[in-house]
Amino acid sequence: MKIAVCVKQVPDTWAEKRLKPEDSTLDRESAEGVLNELDEYAVEEALRLIEAQGGEVVVVSMGPERAGETIRKALSMGADAGIHIVDDALHGSDAIATSAALAKALEGRGFDLILFGSESTDARMSVVPAMVAERLGLPQLTFAQKVEVDGSTVRIERQAEYGYDSIEASAPVVVSVVEKINEPRYPSFKGIMAAKKKPVDTLTVADLGLEPVTVGLAAAWSAVDEFAARPPKAAGTVIADDGAGGVKIADYLSQQKFI
Amino acid sequence: MTLTLIERSLPTPKAADLLGLTREIAAGELLPRADIDEEAARFPRDVLRLLGSAGLMSLPFPEEFGGGGQPYAVYLQVLEEISRAWLSVGISVSVHGLATYPVAVAGTRAQQDEWLPFMLSGEALGAYCLSEPQSGSDAAALATRAQLDGDTYVVSGTKAWITHGGVADFYSVMVRTSDNGHRGISCLLVPADSPGLCSAPPERKMGANASRTAAMILDGVRVPVGRRIGDEGTGFPIALSALDAGRLGIAACAVGLAQAALDASVSYARQRQQFGRPISEVQGIQFMLADMATQVSAARGLYLDAARRKDAGLTYSREAAMAKLFATDAAMRITTDAVQIHGGHGYTRDFPVERYFREAKVLQIVEGTNQVQRIVIGRDLTR
Repeated sequence: MKIAVCVKQVPDTWAEKRLKPEDSTLDRESAEGVLNELDEYAVEEALRLIEAQGGEVVVVSMGPERAGETIRKALSMGADAGIHIVDDALHGSDAIATSAALAKALEGRGFDLILFGSESTDARMSVVPAMVAERLGLPQLTFAQKVEVDGSTVRIERQAEYGYDSIEASAPVVVSVVEKINEPRYPSFKGIMAAKKKPVDTLTVADLGLEPVTVGLAAAWSAVDEFAARPPKAAGTVIADDGAGGVKIADYLSQQKFI
Repeated sequence: MTLTLIERSLPTPKAADLLGLTREIAAGELLPRADIDEEAARFPRDVLRLLGSAGLMSLPFPEEFGGGGQPYAVYLQVLEEISRAWLSVGISVSVHGLATYPVAVAGTRAQQDEWLPFMLSGEALGAYCLSEPQSGSDAAALATRAQLDGDTYVVSGTKAWITHGGVADFYSVMVRTSDNGHRGISCLLVPADSPGLCSAPPERKMGANASRTAAMILDGVRVPVGRRIGDEGTGFPIALSALDAGRLGIAACAVGLAQAALDASVSYARQRQQFGRPISEVQGIQFMLADMATQVSAARGLYLDAARRKDAGLTYSREAAMAKLFATDAAMRITTDAVQIHGGHGYTRDFPVERYFREAKVLQIVEGTNQVQRIVIGRDLTR
């Protein structure tokens, strides 16, 4: 089985994120870059599948030079090879352009399974897996809390409010996974050393056969007009219970649209 | 949870990656659980398995048996980061290294082939048994007797203060094979499931309660001669040389604990407001923090100096004793000051410094009391 896992480098989940004033894109220098947490579940699921059934895991990432660290992280967990799409022309790409680049990098490589985390912790749109599936003309099994591969049949449980749906499709297929699916492993010291010797191909926009004008900030279908820093934490509201405390709390929650 | 980055002098990019991995696991697995498991006195065997599979239980041992092949100067900094997140786990890693040391250093090739892979992967957890109820600082007075019966030793006695007592998979036990003083001591490797070996109830300690400590009772335990490490009568030098290395481990644990107390104090002082400003702006507090930070750095420098001597093949007994003495005394002072900076809060279990303070004390006692360290240093100076 040949599995691709698409991963993204995001600013450290715990760090305060900032946008750059000049073009309203993420200031990647302001925080440490880490492997998107939700993608770790996808890497783990891929590793478990090949540990059980044999095969190869290729990590695919689009991002600036330093996103290479994120590919290495996935390789140190146990993935076999990486593909890094890196090109200044891609800076500021929206989900549509990102999906175009990923689809080009993935197509024709014979992947049976293309795995994604269900969303990135920075953009949080959850649309790239569906867009890539659409561009490649493949079935999409999204938000999986369980994945089973039986020959060429891929079956998932899709998490739902009422329980789960069972969905299946024939490989090749695009699957996105939720955090419930597994517990991602830590790399090992030996894994980190081994990762340094694993192959990582780099691809540019030209290598992918994309027109530079179709990607990047200028081609984005949405734009950030303005942004403001989060206001500092204000003092809390104290409600003294004079017998009507419960009502006052309910009123407050209702004003804040919590209830 | 995160740990602030300490800029370290590391010899290789490999070592930097190793410290990165350590910080990731410390922040993700150790920090979130330390308070809870300490409160419940729960021994975190699963955490040690995880450290084992990550390769962190065997860093200073040779790669050919599954070790990390790292110099002590790197291993100890890993140990420091682990202890900074959770001292009991740091102690476990250090003691596991101490228990593995005899086989790794004095075992035959066959013994190493048979046991080291399990020890170094952390699959088998080790305990080191030297002290006895009547033989602590005077270790050579140990009385646990091993009588030869054909090609098997029959071992009886009690070993005291055993870290991992009752939860270890193997015990490196110093026993008396003759009455010839310290020349009558041998080292045996005793598997946990040996009939006649059992653990007393865990000690009820002041701190580091997630780290299990118990006496081990050996009652006619049969140990084949093939499980003796080194020649008969060579156990004492093996035990002492393991302790030299173990002292460096405890020094690194102490620096980790002291660093954690310093981190907590800086962070508390910056947010605690009195007289309309953070107490971190009060010079009296700043001076305390400055002294704490200086001692942490000095202690780190001392253990690294001793470690580099060891890595270079120089003698390091005296330096290891100095590092252990200074680092653990410093940890006691620093955790005491950390409680002081936290004021009333520092005396409650709602802040971690109360626990750090209790934990620091044991480091002045284990692996040779700090009085014994002074004896080691003094004898070396005047011999």
